[in-house]
Amino acid sequence: MNEIAPRFGTGVTVPGVLRLPKECVLFARKGNRVAEVTVSVDGVKYSDHVEPRLLLVHYLREVVGKTGTPVGCDTSNCGACTVLLNGESVKSCAVLAVQADGGEVTTIEGMATDAGLHPLQQAFHEEHALQCGYCTPGMIMAASDLLRENPHPSDDEIRAGLEGNLCRCTGYENIVRAVRRAAQAGVGA
Amino acid sequence: MTAETKTAAQPTAEFGRPRLRKEDERLITGQTNWTDNIRLPGMLHVAFLRSPYAHARITSVNVSAARAEPGVIAAYSGADFAAEQGSLPCAWPVTPDIVIPAHPPMAVDEVRYAGEAVACVVARDRYAAADALAAIEIDYEPLPPVLDIRTALQDDSPKVHEAGNRSFVWPFAQGDMDAAFRDAPVVLERYYRQQRLIPAAMEPRSVVCSCVGGEFTLWSATQIPHVLRVMLALTTGIPEQNLRVIAPDVGGGFGSKLQVTAEEVLAVLIARKLGRPVKWTETRSEGNMTVHHGRDQWQKITIAADADGRIRGLDVDLLADMGAYLMLVTPGIPLLGAFMYPAIYKMDAYSFTCTGVFTTKMPTDAYRGAGRPEATFAIERIMDDLAAELALDPLELRERNWIKHEEFPYTTVAGLTYDSGNYEAATAKAKELFDYDGLRREQERRRTNNDPVQLGIGVSTFTEMCGLAPSRVLGSLAYGAGGWEQASIRMLPTGKVEVVTGSSAHGQGHETAWSQIVADQLGVAFEDIRVLHGDTQVSPKGMDTYGSRSLAVGGMALVSACDKVVEKARVIAAATLEASADDLEWVPGRFEVRGDPDKSVTIGEIALAAFAAHNLPDGVEPTIDADATYDPDNFSFPHGTHLCATEVDTETGFVTIRSYVCVDDIGTVVNPLIVEGQVHGGLAQGIAQALYEEAVYDDEGNLVTSTLADYLVPSAADLPSYVTGRTESRAANRLGVKGVGEAGTIASTPAVVNAIIDALRPYGVNDITMPCTPERVWRAIQTAQGEQTGSAAEQHAARQSDQTQGNSPQGRDGGAA
Repeated sequence: MNEIAPRFGTGVTVPGVLRLPKECVLFARKGNRVAEVTVSVDGVKYSDHVEPRLLLVHYLREVVGKTGTPVGCDTSNCGACTVLLNGESVKSCAVLAVQADGGEVTTIEGMATDAGLHPLQQAFHEEHALQCGYCTPGMIMAASDLLRENPHPSDDEIRAGLEGNLCRCTGYENIVRAVRRAAQAGVGA
Repeated sequence: MTAETKTAAQPTAEFGRPRLRKEDERLITGQTNWTDNIRLPGMLHVAFLRSPYAHARITSVNVSAARAEPGVIAAYSGADFAAEQGSLPCAWPVTPDIVIPAHPPMAVDEVRYAGEAVACVVARDRYAAADALAAIEIDYEPLPPVLDIRTALQDDSPKVHEAGNRSFVWPFAQGDMDAAFRDAPVVLERYYRQQRLIPAAMEPRSVVCSCVGGEFTLWSATQIPHVLRVMLALTTGIPEQNLRVIAPDVGGGFGSKLQVTAEEVLAVLIARKLGRPVKWTETRSEGNMTVHHGRDQWQKITIAADADGRIRGLDVDLLADMGAYLMLVTPGIPLLGAFMYPAIYKMDAYSFTCTGVFTTKMPTDAYRGAGRPEATFAIERIMDDLAAELALDPLELRERNWIKHEEFPYTTVAGLTYDSGNYEAATAKAKELFDYDGLRREQERRRTNNDPVQLGIGVSTFTEMCGLAPSRVLGSLAYGAGGWEQASIRMLPTGKVEVVTGSSAHGQGHETAWSQIVADQLGVAFEDIRVLHGDTQVSPKGMDTYGSRSLAVGGMALVSACDKVVEKARVIAAATLEASADDLEWVPGRFEVRGDPDKSVTIGEIALAAFAAHNLPDGVEPTIDADATYDPDNFSFPHGTHLCATEVDTETGFVTIRSYVCVDDIGTVVNPLIVEGQVHGGLAQGIAQALYEEAVYDDEGNLVTSTLADYLVPSAADLPSYVTGRTESRAANRLGVKGVGEAGTIASTPAVVNAIIDALRPYGVNDITMPCTPERVWRAIQTAQGEQTGSAAEQHAARQSDQTQGNSPQGRDGGAA
């Protein structure tokens, strides 16, 4: 983690860099640059000053307090931290908080509504598509993006579409069934 | 007993019902309580500096510059803990003369594996802690690594510990081996490699510790809160009554969280030093390096048989890599396999020797199946070779040797008494689901046509000893604890029920299955039951969750506790109904007066009567709550038949699993949904060992597979769909249940490798070292073809190449040659 230096992908807008007294700033230390990030998370707007190196997943978990999104690895292989950023799935351990500036993030905590569980959540429950549940938030978020792109996937397409999300408990059989069930319920339509 | 046999002894409707899980609601909505989610006021974060050397003397450590970094509260080296950190425990000294080296949680003078903690920083947040590690100055004097257990016992090998590299030799023999092997018509000797595996539970380890007024609360992503509490008390000297251990939501274990870790001990010591709560959460790379590994054995197995395939004797000589230290049950893991090599077969004699060897690598310990997958692999692989040698169908050979269903209970040559089983039924059902005969015909066609994609059919019949279990037997094996489990039933005055279990779940669905069992036993609604676990203050006693023991031991403890509740309730019911206790009939949920069913009282009403305690008979205590501790008198012996069809592309070496069928007999089933999930997950892990996973160290002892980019935990795209089936022979316990958690893992690895070898036998291939990557499969074909054409030079080159290439990590994108 100490090797993470402030860096930005091409095409990413780097927000204004400012200095603030350190009492005001989460995750920033004297001498470190800070950046302002304004982001909507599950429909609530947040504005914070953060170090540019702060990962989106740590921003969600430790600044916003959205601990429903877990961290499973540090190389963006496992997908446990998958969230939607402006409607598309991203691994939030591979995105900087500042890259989400101005964006809309949906986490697993934003999937259920007053009307009840999201059909994917319901399908995961009914198909027993989770055991320990650690991969489940990322799996559901990745599946929602999969169904957005392909509302009626074959089983092979489901498996290929979830390739970036690892589960150690279920052997994936019931995850495939759950995504199929959600597709049949019209999630991506 | 036939495949269709069903239990008739279950009282009501919950048993056998595919209840959706109670656990799911919080897990699918993100309202989880993982240890890393915990934030306490004033909490500090710990980061560890880890050794970059596999073996080195620490010549100096200076943490003062780190201490001066902004936001850093403290920094420590091993010397700072030396007086109080004790030695991490090994609870399974398998022989009287076993060498158990001191294992300081933080290295003080010498490091013995890459990743061993050598210093730490405690800071305000995790970024600051990680930053300050760079300011620690540490000097090492490198020492030679010890990496290969086959050479580690030679006189000229460098030593891991002063006492040498041999930890123990554990011999076992039954029957007349000389007679079995003398003049045996067939003797086969094979040498199998059980590669080192990384358990890779999805939740990284995490620890939070608070210390208030000398009382410690430790939250940990652990499978074993109860064992951990005892061990922390013994290791640190903190009085046990001042320690509370909580396993909140735990994201998978597979044995890897059956451990007392350095970081848990150090978190306690740091919280005590600073008087503030501390948290440590590992990164995945830290976890791959420092969560104990699994397997890592070389197996020499020799089988003697008659010309008709009847097994006469079996000899196993095992080298097991302990890694650098003995952790909680490190030396016992191979012994859990010692009794399983004879598997489901009858034979006259058996001998087994295991030598535990130290290396400068991460210690090994329990990983799903723990000893039994290794044993099953070796026996099932050599059975296939024996079948090929005798030109018998592999299932026919197995049937000639297995214990017939009418022979149960059966005491094996290894001395275990199998209580139940029906190998004929499971095999017949598996063959039917698999279309065994049809696939054999297709295989023949492809062979005849010289199809570049060959079809292989792999067989694995298995049994295992699980449900760990009888305390006396564990004691006789020098295991440091008992095998009982505890349960408490608390009858609340509102008629609801709290069930407290000592078996701490981390994905197994206890909250659901336990509710089903208690609902049946007490006649209360599934929804009215809440299951509590994983906190030593809530569930004070337990032996926790591992070894497929929860249902067979913990489930039986529930039944015993329910019995006691009913008997206590009977006394109060008699008073309430003004009848003699002997005249009352327990109909789950209520007592009825015999012959007058209109006179009855429900268990909820009795609970309220006990709570009010206004009209209790003299001397009756005002509660119907009850505890029970259950210690079974035998292990649990699930079994099954697994069949795997692989398509092997002989031009690329790429293996595709075309179909996988397993039929498991795990006795009666509480919740078929949960059982099926356990089997699926087990299959995935077993298949992963066969095809994908290997922890690789380079020549210097650095872990090359330290990320999930290098260590190939398979994804949905890498695994097949499974066909599962069940047959049922009741276990000899009241519920008739056996363990299921490890079955899939134990049986599937040899089924897959046998299928690959079966496809390639016509090419002269009779073994491939796991994982069977496309490169290894392709090289095996080339080597065997070279041998068939008699080019010795080519063979030699191919073997050399296989040895070096075989150890290289297969990148996620580089695996498919």
